[in-house]
Amino acid sequence: MPSTRTRRLARPAALLSAAVLAFAAAGCGAPDASTAIPTTSPTISTSAGTAVGVIGIRDPWVKAADKGMTAAFGTLVNDGDTDVTLTGASTEVSPMELHEMTTQDGKMVMQAKQGGIVIKAKSEHVLQPGGDHLMLMDLRQPVTAGDELTFTLTFADGRTQSFTAVAKPFTGAQESYAPGHGMPGMSASPSPAP
Amino acid sequence: MTEAIPRPVSRRGLLTGGVLATGGALAGAAAVTAARADRPAVRPPEATLAAEVGTAVEPFYGPRQAGVATEPQAHAAFVALTLKPGTDRAALGRMLRLLTDDAARLTQGRPALADTEPELGLLPARLTVTFGFGPGLYRAADLDDRRPASVADVPPFRIDRLQPRWSGGDLLLQICADDPLTVAHTQRVLVKDSRPFATVRWVQQGFRRAAGAEPGRTQRNLFGQLDGTANPKPGGPLETAVWVPDGPDWLRDSTTLVVRRVSMNLETWDLLGRTDRELAVGRRLDTGAPLTGTDEHDEPDFAALGPDGLTVIPDFSHVTRAHVTDDRLRLLRRPYNYDGIPTANGTADSGLIFASYQADIAQQFLPIQRRLAERDLLNEWTTPIGSAVFAIPPGCPAGGWVGQQLLG
Repeated sequence: MPSTRTRRLARPAALLSAAVLAFAAAGCGAPDASTAIPTTSPTISTSAGTAVGVIGIRDPWVKAADKGMTAAFGTLVNDGDTDVTLTGASTEVSPMELHEMTTQDGKMVMQAKQGGIVIKAKSEHVLQPGGDHLMLMDLRQPVTAGDELTFTLTFADGRTQSFTAVAKPFTGAQESYAPGHGMPGMSASPSPAP
Repeated sequence: MTEAIPRPVSRRGLLTGGVLATGGALAGAAAVTAARADRPAVRPPEATLAAEVGTAVEPFYGPRQAGVATEPQAHAAFVALTLKPGTDRAALGRMLRLLTDDAARLTQGRPALADTEPELGLLPARLTVTFGFGPGLYRAADLDDRRPASVADVPPFRIDRLQPRWSGGDLLLQICADDPLTVAHTQRVLVKDSRPFATVRWVQQGFRRAAGAEPGRTQRNLFGQLDGTANPKPGGPLETAVWVPDGPDWLRDSTTLVVRRVSMNLETWDLLGRTDRELAVGRRLDTGAPLTGTDEHDEPDFAALGPDGLTVIPDFSHVTRAHVTDDRLRLLRRPYNYDGIPTANGTADSGLIFASYQADIAQQFLPIQRRLAERDLLNEWTTPIGSAVFAIPPGCPAGGWVGQQLLG
């Protein structure tokens, strides 16, 4: 277990759920507004060098993969009064890009997200299979189920923020493995996950 | 989200008020109907009750795992996994973090992380997920010195006809809920997250009466017998019988589980008259009372003689052979019925998923099982066809993971 990574997480209070950052527990990512179950507030983690979390990151996870490409997902929560623009993401194990899925000529295609991902004031932006995601372009080492990966987000105003996401076995999100990824107009033909 | 919470409660309040308004009638079909008639503006009370079954929540985090002392839910799946060769201590940690997170969310009515069917995660229906560690898990983690001594394969008994397809297992996921769809979705989520680490060895799915059908009643098996009358009573007796009171943190607040698949031969059972059926068990079929008593929980009088000079309760009856008086030796039985598909000529495939919790298998389960195997008339109609043993490790605090005391 990469316990060294979890230790980087600064705020002990946030460890409310321990797994927290691992699992950034609490909140419910899915559309469960109809349940009578209370949820705790989104977990915000910040890297050591960043004083304040820019946004909340709820239920982050990354698709486990042995090699090649994979993607990270979660819900970005902007509790502030101004829009926030996410312009980049990085992690140790792979170069990364911000991607979106869009329909061209009746086909879902993946392309780089021009201008970054805007999280409106007082709103959430969901990164999910079939939608916007943080793309890991070329793994230098396997991302194994249960691993915890640290990601650093970069925002338009130069601020950065880190969070940890757990690797889940997941057979969907095949679009992440399309050849010609990131090239506008290229078809995202599915290929099997490793 | 928060505003949704009081609604079921206030509806329940209205229902109660309605029932009381009808003259203090006890809750029941008649009273419910009356309440509806009195208050036409209120949503039908049966819908309210049904909704409460779906949204009811059992706690997940705590010093002890849920699903043991928990009032048994209506449906269960026992899923036994075989660890893959590479699944060592570190991998087990990753696996149990993932599975614990799934369980922590789903039991509280939240979809699992990356849940592909999040709508199925919203109604927990008292879902519990209980993790059990078989002997092979301790070996895989290179921690065999921490395996509770009694967590070892049950020795063979003369009556056994064990089949590998229902026996053994390195890791058990016991999934219980009052809703079978919740059980199925939870099983699917947990099995998917287990796949990098383990293969499915066997799954046993079982049921009891529906939630609320017979509240507080001892469960009936498919022979029509009450099953579990001799369970230790909640409180002191259950504490003593089930939980390990002290020791290192990976042992304290743990227990053990024996899962036996017991085939029940309904065809030969059909050949018995009611009197013979009651003699075989030593209890009445209707009330569950011992043949010497009138109430289910009356103490059996094994010395009482009938007019023929024989003991009223035969010494080969099930209750005689299984009887213990010392709370420390009792088993907490939490069985589920299974009912497979009959053959073309109608021969049933029915039986019991016998599940018993006890602090120590060797001290509690084995002596009873030996006595039953030696001489229990019920053996004529029942056959153990599967057997597995597991340690049920302690629970974990919020944010922790089951097994962290052992594997962390």
